[in-house]
Amino acid sequence: MVLEDSRAVRVVVNGEVREADAPVRMLLSDFLRHRLGLTGTHVGCEQGVCGSCTIHLNGDPHRSCLLLAVQAHGEEITTIEGMREHPVALSFARCHAIQCGFCTAGLVMSATAFLREEPAPSRQAIVGAVSSNLCRCTGYQNIVRAVAEAAAEMGAQADERASPDTSAAVGPG
Amino acid sequence: MTTRLIGASVPRSEDRRILDGAGVFIDDIEPAGCLHVAMVRSTCANGRIRRVDATPARAAPGVVAVYTADDLGELGRRNLPLLIPNPALTEPRTQFLLAFEYVHFVGEAVAMVVAESRYAAEDAAGLVEVDYTEFPAVVGPLNAFHSKERAHVDMNTNVAAHFVQEHGDTEAAFEGATRVLEREFMVERSAATPIECRGVVAIPEQTGQLLVYDSSQAPSTIRAGLSTYLGVAEHEVEVVAPDVGGGFGVKLPVFYPEEILVPWAARRLGAPVKFVEDRSEHFVASNHERAQWHRVKVGYEEDGRICGLVDEFIHDAGAYCPYGIIIPIVTASRLPGPYKIPAYGSEMHVVYTNTVPVTPYRGAGMPQGAFVMERVIDLIARDLGVDRAEVRRRNFIAPDEFPYVVGLMDEDGTTTTYDSGDYPRGFEKLLESIGHAGFPAEQAAALAEGRRIGIGFGCYVEGTGCGPYEGARIHVETTGKVFVSTGIATQGQSHCTILSQIVADVLGVALDDVVVKTGDTRQFKWATGTFASRIAVVAGSAVAEAALLVKEKAAEIAARIFEASTADVAFEDGDVFVKGSPDVRIPLRQVAVLANPLRYAFSSEALAATQFVGDGERAKAPPPSEVAPGLEATAYASPEFATFASGAHAAVVEVDVETGAVRILRYSVVHDCGRMINPAVVEGQVHGGTAQGIGGALYERICYDEEGQLKNANFMDFLVPYASEIPEICVEHTETPSPLNPLGVKGVGEAGCISAAPAVIGAIEDALGVEITSSPLSPEMVAGLAAGSAGGEAAGSFAARGGVGQSRGETDGA
Repeated sequence: MVLEDSRAVRVVVNGEVREADAPVRMLLSDFLRHRLGLTGTHVGCEQGVCGSCTIHLNGDPHRSCLLLAVQAHGEEITTIEGMREHPVALSFARCHAIQCGFCTAGLVMSATAFLREEPAPSRQAIVGAVSSNLCRCTGYQNIVRAVAEAAAEMGAQADERASPDTSAAVGPG
Repeated sequence: MTTRLIGASVPRSEDRRILDGAGVFIDDIEPAGCLHVAMVRSTCANGRIRRVDATPARAAPGVVAVYTADDLGELGRRNLPLLIPNPALTEPRTQFLLAFEYVHFVGEAVAMVVAESRYAAEDAAGLVEVDYTEFPAVVGPLNAFHSKERAHVDMNTNVAAHFVQEHGDTEAAFEGATRVLEREFMVERSAATPIECRGVVAIPEQTGQLLVYDSSQAPSTIRAGLSTYLGVAEHEVEVVAPDVGGGFGVKLPVFYPEEILVPWAARRLGAPVKFVEDRSEHFVASNHERAQWHRVKVGYEEDGRICGLVDEFIHDAGAYCPYGIIIPIVTASRLPGPYKIPAYGSEMHVVYTNTVPVTPYRGAGMPQGAFVMERVIDLIARDLGVDRAEVRRRNFIAPDEFPYVVGLMDEDGTTTTYDSGDYPRGFEKLLESIGHAGFPAEQAAALAEGRRIGIGFGCYVEGTGCGPYEGARIHVETTGKVFVSTGIATQGQSHCTILSQIVADVLGVALDDVVVKTGDTRQFKWATGTFASRIAVVAGSAVAEAALLVKEKAAEIAARIFEASTADVAFEDGDVFVKGSPDVRIPLRQVAVLANPLRYAFSSEALAATQFVGDGERAKAPPPSEVAPGLEATAYASPEFATFASGAHAAVVEVDVETGAVRILRYSVVHDCGRMINPAVVEGQVHGGTAQGIGGALYERICYDEEGQLKNANFMDFLVPYASEIPEICVEHTETPSPLNPLGVKGVGEAGCISAAPAVIGAIEDALGVEITSSPLSPEMVAGLAAGSAGGEAAGSFAARGGVGQSRGETDGA
């Protein structure tokens, strides 16, 4: 029976090795949520449009509803549960960028991947980047602001790390 | 009440759980042994069911049960409730839990499959065979009104309701008017589409209780209704709304069939059962709104002042009308908006079509009314050659005219009466914000470069905070935490944060020490529900009152301890003390301990409240027998009349005449929701509503074909805007407090979406110098408008696109 054809899927999720059986047709989003109990990743359309289920697969953003669990076997995954205290997440709270919170995980995952590629983006670039995800509550205003503020903050931290002497000379910032 | 937190943009208490991925949404709830539901839905828009064959599905792997209407017994012969009857609704129709004999829209539930996994349930649902005798589908409000075909073949009409209202003498007004103008308008069908679809999980507990998690905006009402439908005592059913991923009205209806079927199946099977919609299903199984056709006649003076207005409109109810005629009633009563119309007549026809049923979606009839009224104002301005802003000024209700009687029936059955407002002040602020004074020069300069830009306005009055009531219980725990429970449900509006702000202010405690629990009938039984922008007003007032009662009680206990007058007891930083002696203070949590006379000293703090404490002062502490134990109070707020928020939107757009693309260059909103509890939350609500309104003006259109098939049932084809479609929105506020509640607040939830379409479409009209009478616009339509007045009329004027009574295709059909 094709339905019952399952594989053991082993992944490294948020730095931890996790393994569970998955029918071969099971979506990665369902595997993460219902096999591994990582329900912070949300599913809004199952058609790859809304972006709520975005995760990092080997560091790159992917729609987990467009991947099968078996495709992720042996790979490294980061979900929203692995983003605690991340500057982007904190910035979302500070900027009132969250309302119902259903799309938030996907947006945080998209935004963190984007800022890794483009650490000092223009507002226009941020708008383009977060246009990978649908939000029905916020009108995107505070999401764009949150990503901009997180970029500025992470940039400042990077500068401090890059030149500790200079920052010490300037004093606490 | 000292005010430290009300009015402050404090961070949201909801965010931490969300950001940790620890929110609990409906699909996150999966008890051990949970069974899963997939629905079999009608593929036929209008037909008689000849045969349902569930035999192959029942034999499919993993299937536990398949139910059709015949398997439901008496429950299967009982219609879903008509929630709000009205004498004008002469032909009410509501659906069965599972289609019985007939189907009336594509997506109507026909059978329910229960299986060990959702995957297995979906497989088996595909095996259920349903044969239909198909009848011609009735699609589109105008078509339904004039067609000989019937959406319900047992009826001899498609008209469910006909309701005529008049305030003032319209006939006399038109006789006295120097100018009269008539136009037809069309607003097409749309849908709320929260990013989380609907769901329900029912768990029969070992105790015999039934615990139902439901992504509902009204869990208390679901509980009462479930008890009725399932024949179970009310105390045996509890309903909890977990975290809900957006509602906007679509999760309000009591009931969708699955909300009864899933608990019914869970009881029958003795196992937890879960249903969660998928996205394609959501488009055909969760309700829509908006489609209305209007014909307006307006009489006015040479200076632009309106003397009389008559609006005849056809409202598309879809296949059933569980909410009665509430949406068109809201349209009728809210259409005049901020304008003084001495004589106003409204005639509505509510028609059935073979499409998804229509129930309130954010704005609930208001966006349609505002679109029509604002177009009318622009048409008057165009006719007279007067600036559009000036015509608005000349018609505003003046600040000294409140309370102002609009006159038609409001959604709560009262006569629509505005409580307060200052429309001119907000509008002048808007004009400044958008740069109205310099716009003619800006427009001329752009035109010299070959760029077509335009400016548009949309004003609105939003009915908020209607009754009947909400309530709350506040309990100061001996831990010092202040636990607030209220029956309202929350879908992202930051209710927990704003209610915490109210409580923290009254009791002088830290915001973090206030914990708000919503939408859980185990905690609080009594509630109306979350709709009509009513939570800040109604639940907010109840919470404020309960907090004051708790404070009174605490003051009495503290007064006995301090041997002082209750009036002298002060509350600050989580402590109580006597005014003038701030150094001698006891924590509020100690007062909570003392409010509960105890038999057992389980902790050192509890020792102070036991009956046998020798200490003279402490022995006095336990309250007298007529006082209930615990530092706790319950209060309700039942406003007799709604509060009316208001505001205005302005947009500056650039139109690409070749492609029909519309770019919004600037967007401003001035909003007035009375006293703001949390300005950042208010702005967030306005932002989100505005984006939905812009979507409604340019992108979002539910497209049915003539056979009643929904052609764009997914997010690829139903275009919810991404960030790339939404401009920066500048939000400013005016505050005219409501006289109707102690906080002075009005609601804000729906405001943003009401007037975005008139502002954006007014701006396109201005950019192209043509007349536009329908919404939404597609790039093809805009390009047609730009191509010239002939083409423009064809795209812009609804009447020119086929006229009254002709068969409708997909462009206007829905």
